[in-house]
Amino acid sequence: MLSRATEASSRTALQADPHPQLDRRSFLFCAASAGLLCGASVLAPSLRAARPASSGPSQDDGPFTVEARFYKKLANRKIQCQLCPRGCTVGDRERGYCGVRENRNGVYYTLVHSRVCAAHVDPIEKKPFFHYLPGTQAFSIATAGCNVNCKFCQNWDISQSRPEQVPADYAPPERIAALAAQTRCPTIAYTYSEPVVFSEFLMDVADAAHRQGIRSVVVSNGYIQEDALRQAYGKMDAVKIDLKSFTEAFYRDVVAGELKPVLGALVTLRKMNKWTEIVYLTIPTLNDSSAEIRNLSQWIRDNLGPDVPLHFSQFHPEYLLKNLPITPVSTLERAREIALAEGLHYVYIGNVPGHPAENTYCPQCKRAVIERFGMEVRQNHLRRGACPYCKQAIPGVWS
Amino acid sequence: MHSAPTSRRTFLRSIVAAGLAPGVAVPVTETAVKAQSPARSRVVYAEDPLLRGVDPGGSIGDSRLLSLLDQAMQHLFPAAGPFQPWDHIVRPGQRVALKVNALGGRGLSTHSALVEAVCERLRAAGVAARDIVVFDRDTAELERAGFRIAAGGNGVQCYGTDRVGFTEDLYEYGSVGSRLSRILTERCDVLINLPVLKDHDGAGVSVALKNMYGVIHNPNKYHPNGCDPFIADLNMLPELRARLRLHICDATTACYEGGPAFKPEFTWRPNALIVSQDPVALDTVAWQAIERKRAEKGLKTLEAEQRPPRYLATAANADHRLGMHDPHQFDLVRTVTRS
Repeated sequence: MLSRATEASSRTALQADPHPQLDRRSFLFCAASAGLLCGASVLAPSLRAARPASSGPSQDDGPFTVEARFYKKLANRKIQCQLCPRGCTVGDRERGYCGVRENRNGVYYTLVHSRVCAAHVDPIEKKPFFHYLPGTQAFSIATAGCNVNCKFCQNWDISQSRPEQVPADYAPPERIAALAAQTRCPTIAYTYSEPVVFSEFLMDVADAAHRQGIRSVVVSNGYIQEDALRQAYGKMDAVKIDLKSFTEAFYRDVVAGELKPVLGALVTLRKMNKWTEIVYLTIPTLNDSSAEIRNLSQWIRDNLGPDVPLHFSQFHPEYLLKNLPITPVSTLERAREIALAEGLHYVYIGNVPGHPAENTYCPQCKRAVIERFGMEVRQNHLRRGACPYCKQAIPGVWS
Repeated sequence: MHSAPTSRRTFLRSIVAAGLAPGVAVPVTETAVKAQSPARSRVVYAEDPLLRGVDPGGSIGDSRLLSLLDQAMQHLFPAAGPFQPWDHIVRPGQRVALKVNALGGRGLSTHSALVEAVCERLRAAGVAARDIVVFDRDTAELERAGFRIAAGGNGVQCYGTDRVGFTEDLYEYGSVGSRLSRILTERCDVLINLPVLKDHDGAGVSVALKNMYGVIHNPNKYHPNGCDPFIADLNMLPELRARLRLHICDATTACYEGGPAFKPEFTWRPNALIVSQDPVALDTVAWQAIERKRAEKGLKTLEAEQRPPRYLATAANADHRLGMHDPHQFDLVRTVTRS
């Protein structure tokens, strides 16, 4: 389990509440798990203090139903969603592809505002962010839903479900910010499922958190329309994009999405000067060819610059893609070598704890400036964001 | 309870349209009906213009609807009486689930009177009332559609999948990977499909095959590309096919535009039932009924609107073989009840 993909959620930690009497006090009822490497049962902050337990299949939608911000009204009570590039046209009483937005009499609603189905305190390295406040914790939340359907999804039980099918708790933005403060997390992370589909909630939480001096980061597929991206992710302090592959065919057949809008989102984030890291889940035979890795690396170098961290993560069979093996470490190493040869400065290998490519190396003197083991930072040698040995500036958000 | 009212004369005009487009009136004899090959699919379109009495805006007469159901079933499984056809569907002691469509509220959902009529015949066939479950996705939706919720006790059960949830496991075929309603997998031996005759803004039409979207946890994932090939792939799941015995489309009220939600301005009252064991043939007949109404209203064809029900050809192809899409390859029996 240690090497499982890092962003798997553990919503059961939130669901199973053996100490209801503690809820009303907003206590954190779980201590840190044995080590942070397990990636699942870290902390389970009680969100139920905000309201009586609301989990269950017949949960009332009312508290979570807020008019969506990114759509336009059409004739005959239809609407067109303007949140993601899919641009669903949704008839009355129907939902969009994401399953968490519903047209009710010509008005489009998100059903997941403040509807938190997973909440944990994770190391920021779990996202993974390697150039953003290393060694800190992120209060990490998710709602149900996703705007694509990756066959390899590790969190499909929440991402591919409708909100009413997933036990959740009412956790309004101020409550999330307060819990992050209580758990001494400098950052709130929107993650596990697909934050694009809960953009309104994300924006409101980010505002509430910023008022308390807490930052926000998002872990996203980047499949979002530009206006929504600018408005929603404009509130983020850093963004991690899961780039699923570098071919449209893969996006069509394995992701049920499109590559081009994701690349457009990455360029937009660059123009917004938003700190961005990229994860590339490397899947044997599907997106691991040397040519594809080379094209990907060249595109990043030419369009985003050489300083964007690129993480090649190890694939594990999940969901609808169980017929392929775990990615060999040699494949990840080959991908890293190609990316480095194409001029990228910060190329990592993920989901392989103890691999030397988990460390950050100075591109100038090649010495390790941040040493990691799995999601743990063992040594951070940086001095004011620079290599202590040769003074080379290392880009990132360090303080 | 076992027989339709006998006080009125019922004229049955049977038209077998084998090889002809639906709606082409070719009078045939009972002999011609019996001559059909048993291997061919059959669709019965049973209409009662006086289903609501002399007032077209009136409410449906329960006994007339039961009689209409009997007429339809006796032409699907040629039989002299109203009970024998059900022997083809259920055996005594089996558990039966009735998948209705409650999306359209009271205006455009499976009519509760039709469900009651089916339950009456199932009970007569030896199915205990408590072993019948009327269901759709959501209990509140069923209530809005006019169903009385019942869970427990000895009567007919009625509740949504939200009450019992979905399977933990995923069931996969082709493009589809879904969790299934536990009502389907754990509480029934036989599934009877009771869809509504509806236009659909994505699939073109939403009738028998599309109604199975209501038994999975993630129907929203399967609307792109006119729901093709998702509808066909979903209906290939063995857990569905092993249980699905009969499709009874409620065409008492139907929708020719703006579906699947209820929009009164786009509904009409065919006062009919469409019955078949072949969902592809049934959907083909339903599509053509909708096209005729659209033409009557001066609307474009679904093809011209870029939303023909492409899923039908997929459902009929060699990879699926869920039924017959070509009207030349199934028999359409039309009956009209007059009194």
